[in-house]
Amino acid sequence: MLETAQRWARFKRDPRAAWAAYVALAVLLIALPFVTDWMLGRTWVRIVAFALLYIMLALGLNIVVGYAGLLDLGYVAFFAVGAYLYALLASPHFGLHLPFWLLMPLCAAIACIFGVLLGAPTLRLRGDYLAIVTLGFGEIIRIFLNNLNAPVNITNGPQGVNLIDPIRLGDFSLAQPHSIAGIAVPSVYNYYYLFLALALAVIFVSIRLENSRIGRAWVAIREDEVAAAAMGINTRNVKLLAFAMGASFGGISGGLFSGFQGFVSPESFTVIESIMILCMVVLGGMGHIPGVALGSVLLVVLPEALRYLGPLQQALFGRVLADPADLRLLVFGLALVLVMQLRPSGLWPSKIRRREFSAQGEEARHERESVYDAAR
Amino acid sequence: MDIFLQQLVNGVVLGAIYALVALGYTMVYGILGLINFAHGEVVMIGAMVALTVIQLLLASGVPLPGPVVAAIGLAAAIPTCMLLGFAIERVAYRPLREAPRLAALITAIGMSIVLQNVAMIIWGRRYHSVPSLLPVTPHQFAGATITDLQIFIVLLAALIMAGLLYLVHRTRLGRAMRATSQNPEVAGLMGVNINTVISMTFIIGSALAAVAGLMVSAYYGVAHYVMGFMLGLKAFTAAVLGGIGNLGGAMLGGLLLGVIESLGAGYIGTLTGGFLGSHYQDVFAFTVLILVLVFRPSGLLGERVTERS
Amino acid sequence: MQRRRVLGIGFALTLAFALSGCGRETPPPPPPAPKAEAPKPPPAVTVKIGSVAPLTGPQSHLGKDNDNGAKLAIDELNAKGVMIGGAKVTFALVSEDDQADPKTGTIVAQKLVDAKVAGVIGHLNSGTTIPASKIYHDAGIVQISPSATNPKYTEQGYKSAFRVMANDVQQGKVLGEYAVARMGAKRIAIIDDRTAYGQGLADEFEKAAKAAGATIVGREYTSDKATDFRSILTSVKGKKPDLLFYGGMDAQAGPMASQMKALAVGSKFLAGDGVQSPEFIKLAGAAAEGVVASSPGVPLDKMPGGKGFTERFTAKYGQVQIYAPFAYDATMTLVEAMIKANSTDPARYLPELAKMSRQGVTGPITFDEKGDLRNGPITLYLVKDGKWSTIETVGGLAAAPAAAPAPEKPAPAAEKK
Repeated sequence: MLETAQRWARFKRDPRAAWAAYVALAVLLIALPFVTDWMLGRTWVRIVAFALLYIMLALGLNIVVGYAGLLDLGYVAFFAVGAYLYALLASPHFGLHLPFWLLMPLCAAIACIFGVLLGAPTLRLRGDYLAIVTLGFGEIIRIFLNNLNAPVNITNGPQGVNLIDPIRLGDFSLAQPHSIAGIAVPSVYNYYYLFLALALAVIFVSIRLENSRIGRAWVAIREDEVAAAAMGINTRNVKLLAFAMGASFGGISGGLFSGFQGFVSPESFTVIESIMILCMVVLGGMGHIPGVALGSVLLVVLPEALRYLGPLQQALFGRVLADPADLRLLVFGLALVLVMQLRPSGLWPSKIRRREFSAQGEEARHERESVYDAAR
Repeated sequence: MDIFLQQLVNGVVLGAIYALVALGYTMVYGILGLINFAHGEVVMIGAMVALTVIQLLLASGVPLPGPVVAAIGLAAAIPTCMLLGFAIERVAYRPLREAPRLAALITAIGMSIVLQNVAMIIWGRRYHSVPSLLPVTPHQFAGATITDLQIFIVLLAALIMAGLLYLVHRTRLGRAMRATSQNPEVAGLMGVNINTVISMTFIIGSALAAVAGLMVSAYYGVAHYVMGFMLGLKAFTAAVLGGIGNLGGAMLGGLLLGVIESLGAGYIGTLTGGFLGSHYQDVFAFTVLILVLVFRPSGLLGERVTERS
Repeated sequence: MQRRRVLGIGFALTLAFALSGCGRETPPPPPPAPKAEAPKPPPAVTVKIGSVAPLTGPQSHLGKDNDNGAKLAIDELNAKGVMIGGAKVTFALVSEDDQADPKTGTIVAQKLVDAKVAGVIGHLNSGTTIPASKIYHDAGIVQISPSATNPKYTEQGYKSAFRVMANDVQQGKVLGEYAVARMGAKRIAIIDDRTAYGQGLADEFEKAAKAAGATIVGREYTSDKATDFRSILTSVKGKKPDLLFYGGMDAQAGPMASQMKALAVGSKFLAGDGVQSPEFIKLAGAAAEGVVASSPGVPLDKMPGGKGFTERFTAKYGQVQIYAPFAYDATMTLVEAMIKANSTDPARYLPELAKMSRQGVTGPITFDEKGDLRNGPITLYLVKDGKWSTIETVGGLAAAPAAAPAPEKPAPAAEKK
């Protein structure tokens, strides 16, 4: 037994093993849409694509909540800004059709500006006061999107913007099926691969940020803002940077959402959406990238998987005992409660976090008061 | 002028309801530091239970005067909500007391979803109409119209708040609650049973929620299983506006938010020369909130947050 | 360290597949066992028809209503037995919940495409119907919405998109003209709920009322989650309109009507189909008296089979909310097209559907080249003695019972048997 453990430990340190794992992972990710489609149907390719989109969103929020410890309940505003920017600049609404490579940086940049706009007045606020202000900010953005169809029609109001250009990279339109080396690649696969590439890029940036000077400054602020300031960290700039970085991830996801859906309307950007993204971050394990990714995937997949409650009952009891439409969200809510009861620091918290939390007594109390709650 | 007065009346009644719900948020926050997102749902359950009892009574054909029927409905709703509040705390929040605070927040969100869907299964998806049990005779008052029901709502809310202030500041339990909110550990050492105090906080907050639930549904004549969410969000905003954790703050915040919303919807068009209309009512309310918090970061009546060393 | 982290993320994703695998174990709903009591049965096939509406959330009462309407149609068709292409067809309704959320709407649409449904009845809201219509179109599946009224839905150039309900433009125009010509409104105030439906209808109403010579004295706004309208009603009252138009749903209109009464706003109250429900009368109580609302189609009791529909529906699912008859008609129309084409393949029956002409329980159903209801009649109703009573039917071919043989049940399959 011990020997196996040792061998496993040695194997884990072996660079060749890591490379093998990488290759296996790459093959898995590339083959995923084909396998999913074959096994479960194309819906699930779409669901997995959405999951990737939400990984990007959740990692953006993770910068603000997980790293810098600023509770943000209006994150969906940045998602909305990105989505509408793409929609307005690449649809018949204004007759503009900007290319994708120009739109993406634009989405990121404008969302970034909105992030700073939100961050600037809230620098002095702490904890739940910040939460309610960000919530208000999110609502303000949604209300403007919903109402700016008069006197000048900018966003087309509640009707939403339709017929948005699909994403196209050069001459390669993601909205059409392609055939690459004799293998048919339907449209939704294209989006999957694009989202996968960008999600990996976002993960990469997140990892680099976490270990950078800025990342450490964020963590320092989260742990103790006063001490961080005393150590020479410019807390104002660092906080603003967290908002800006988080917002730009949201903006990019928003642009992708627009191109993928082909239609945006304000009802996609409600408070509940913000709360769901926060749940992804916390449920998975705040501040821990694999945890956050896991949380996003679960919260996208779970409500869809619960649609099978009807057929499941059919299979188990021979008939449908309870209307699956009644049960679906109930089970979802119960799952949220249950996971938090069993794993209060998330499904997959970082090692440090886990250690701190399991420690009893003084340390645990310190944990409660500071780590998760720099802003109390 | 009569329009302005009318808007003020509208705002005060709305504010009284917000204040009553906001008290529930602020009491829990003051002691646990937790945003109890499920509180709005307790309000909803209160309304639904009261409505069910009222409907049963009316259907039974027993000739009772309207206010008595309403009182019986309320008498059924209050213990139900108390039990529910107690159970939520016991089952969902207590195990997380030492856990990261966001875990408790997500639990609260989960509880809110659960309660909504349970209510959907029990009471169905449709909107329920609430029979008018109290006279809604309109009175003319300096050009504004006020109904008996509105006067009753404001008076009842004021009475309950006065009672709550008495409880917190003049009784043994109130002292224990204040002590726990300041420092749970020291309070524990001084012989306060913290668990009892926290349970009592939830129970009292839920009783207030039951009253608010019946009030809201009777005032608007509608009850529906998602009615708690927006109301809860608004009440939470009110609590923060006044300074969360502070009872007087919740009352002030509730009243102010009601009046701000009402005047905002009424006058925002005139103020902006017709550019923005009543659809920016919430923008107006949130802008006021943000401005208040920028200048007073812990709300109107909240204590200044001391920088921790 | 970093490398391990990347691996961790990979495993997180892998876990997702595992979870997807959970879904795999429970295949899509197995069709009800085909009836095989006939001694020499023709080959039996099961044809799936999708039904999508929000079954959870604030609009779930309407969503469930739509779903029940489709269910009733399917049950009746199955009870009667339908022969298509020489086979006895059993229809299976695949109901999905789109939560009135555009994103979920597209996922559900893809799910129905995967389940190989022959046609889709839905969605309820324009906001979910429009993005989903692209997926149905790309997959070549026919979609009939019983209740999406946004004109854009059929303006996308998709041949597969139909609706059995007048769109906002058609209805807003009728309402605007009616308000001025028949209700004698000169000063009109408008409130809408800032949803795609409410705002669209209110805008069209405003245009038509202005064209007919009325003055719009005020435009106020609320939301589809609001219950307090006192402040906007107070503003409205200050402008002294003689008619108030509301673009929105019954759940808001009910409290709005009673608050109007409490505030002694003296104007008449007019609204669209979202308000023409029994629910509205319950919610508004005494204040409902005298309220006028329109609804596309012909009154149910004037239609052959309409009364029967109401009776059968009520016996099974309780009171009709609003759109159940339209969902019923949509389903019946879809199946009739299949019977006429003698095929359940969308590509084959689509032409039949496009040139369909039949009497539904809500009125005559023919589509124009966009897929909108052609000359849809619109009926105006007034609340009198706590009930909706018909005032008049405007436009369209009106109720033309002579045009159709008017079977007792709307039985598209009758002649095929």
